[in-house]
Amino acid sequence: MILENKKEEVIRVEGVSFAYERVPALVNINLSVHRGDFLAIVGPNGSGKTTLLKIMVGLLKPGQGRVWLFQQPLEDFNQWYRIGYIQQKATNFDQIFPISVAEVIAASLNSISRPQKPGRGQVRQKILEALRTVGLENEAGKSMNSLSGGQQQRVLIARALATEPEILLLDEPTTGVDYPSQENFYDLLGQLNRQKHLTIVLVTHDYGIVNRHINRVACLNQKLFYHGEHAEFCQSDSFRELLQGGHHLISHRH
Amino acid sequence: MSGDLIFSSLFLRALLAGGCLALACGLLGVFLVLRRDAMISHGLSHVAFAGVALGLALNLMPVVFSVVISLAGSLLILRLKEQARLPGDTAIALLSSGGLALAVFLMSIKKDFGAELMAYLFGDILAIGPSEVYLAVGLAVVVSAGIFLNLSRFIFMTFDREAASVSGIGLKGLDRLLVMMSAVTIVLGLRIVGLLLVTGLTVIPAAAALQLARNFRQALLLSSLFSLLSILGGIVLAYVLNLPASAAIIFLALFIFILGFLFKRLKGQQTM
Ligand SMILES: Nc1ncnc2c1ncn2[C@@H]1O[C@H](COP(=O)(O)OP(=O)(O)OP(=O)(O)O)[C@@H](O)[C@H]1O
Ligand SMILES: [Mg+2]
Repeated sequence: MILENKKEEVIRVEGVSFAYERVPALVNINLSVHRGDFLAIVGPNGSGKTTLLKIMVGLLKPGQGRVWLFQQPLEDFNQWYRIGYIQQKATNFDQIFPISVAEVIAASLNSISRPQKPGRGQVRQKILEALRTVGLENEAGKSMNSLSGGQQQRVLIARALATEPEILLLDEPTTGVDYPSQENFYDLLGQLNRQKHLTIVLVTHDYGIVNRHINRVACLNQKLFYHGEHAEFCQSDSFRELLQGGHHLISHRH
Repeated sequence: MSGDLIFSSLFLRALLAGGCLALACGLLGVFLVLRRDAMISHGLSHVAFAGVALGLALNLMPVVFSVVISLAGSLLILRLKEQARLPGDTAIALLSSGGLALAVFLMSIKKDFGAELMAYLFGDILAIGPSEVYLAVGLAVVVSAGIFLNLSRFIFMTFDREAASVSGIGLKGLDRLLVMMSAVTIVLGLRIVGLLLVTGLTVIPAAAALQLARNFRQALLLSSLFSLLSILGGIVLAYVLNLPASAAIIFLALFIFILGFLFKRLKGQQTM
């Protein structure tokens, strides 16, 4: 706020290391995300992308290092309505679960505590709005398990958008979504990023599709070996490796 | 043969207490089944039984004593799951055998309450006194309020625990609330259908509802409805046919489940 051209740091990861039962998954990660960024985190399977995202949202506690959200230490942070998170394989829920599309979104909207709690009519409004954004406005009453995997994924994205977060963290959100829908989806993210200044952190293997929307890249494989501007990334060794080897940095879609 | 009984205060008391229990079981059951926590009621029923035995041994109100012990037991199950890194069913097995062992031990040192304790093993709806009816009404109100006040959070947490965790709702507190409400409900159920059948009471109506419900509101409604039908219908059947009420209740619940299952099969075939 002091310097106009210096954007607010909304996520800061400092010296973070993490191990599952002594097997290191992340080693000394330093990374920061500023308001309005569209950051893509890329790396092969098992490189620690999901682990890093989970640390950023407080699902895992780092063994070493610290995380700040909106300049508050994560341990003290309580404004979770500002954060939206879509985990990897989010559609792996119980298929016998009886719940309608609208109920999925309502449960989250009504649970999250925020300064101004939306009224009943507003909740309805927000649900429909969010569903419209992902093109599912006619499915509000349908039961979740009657939708296709790709549609379910879009419902979960709508759920994250409905709470109007300032940062959206997504872990391979388009797994199981067909190619045109993937493009639509990333266009939507790009639009939210540009027009509503939504900060986006995206873990993805689809570098080819997202590259025209993102402005920052982080290449991860236990250690962070590139973190910076997208434009510079295109001149870096990491990018060359990405183009040549492919599988070193980015594994192919499953 | 039982016409005079139908209008007796004994019978009305049984219906009132049963109805309250039904509501609590129907609502809680949906969450327990979907959380894969159905066997929690099994474990808690054994702990509650030990509580009853302890109450009888100390000449304290067994139901009140049992509520306290089951509440403690419910928190212990959660603790074991979290801290001893035990799978949930193992934690429950520890506690249920511990509870039963305690009850057996107490029975052996104080032999004269065997018959009274039997009433809790198989349920004895006629033994319900006026004060227990108040307790049943009170507890049913508490459980229903506990669920409705936290409904969205419970749904969110049950459907998607990870996302719910990131949304900053206190999962641990909600887990605790849910098992504590289960504990209270189980104690009531112990009185009506007994230790051996109370698990069925919390699980079967919810399982039947899941056959038919297309959204969560329907699941809660149907589960409560089936639970009410089973308990009230079972009590009436028991009087009319001179059956043990607990057996009649569980038979009826199973019958509804089978109907629900068949209905779903039929509907499924039509749409194919
Ligand atoms: N729950 C867990 N217990 C033990 N090890 C784990 C666990 N989760 C992940 N790991 C290990 O940690 C490393 C990083 O896993 P992570 O899931 O963060 O990778 P990723 O980059 O998200 O992979 P993918 O592209 O397949 O999603 C892997 O070696 C993995 O085997
Ligand atoms: Mg991953």
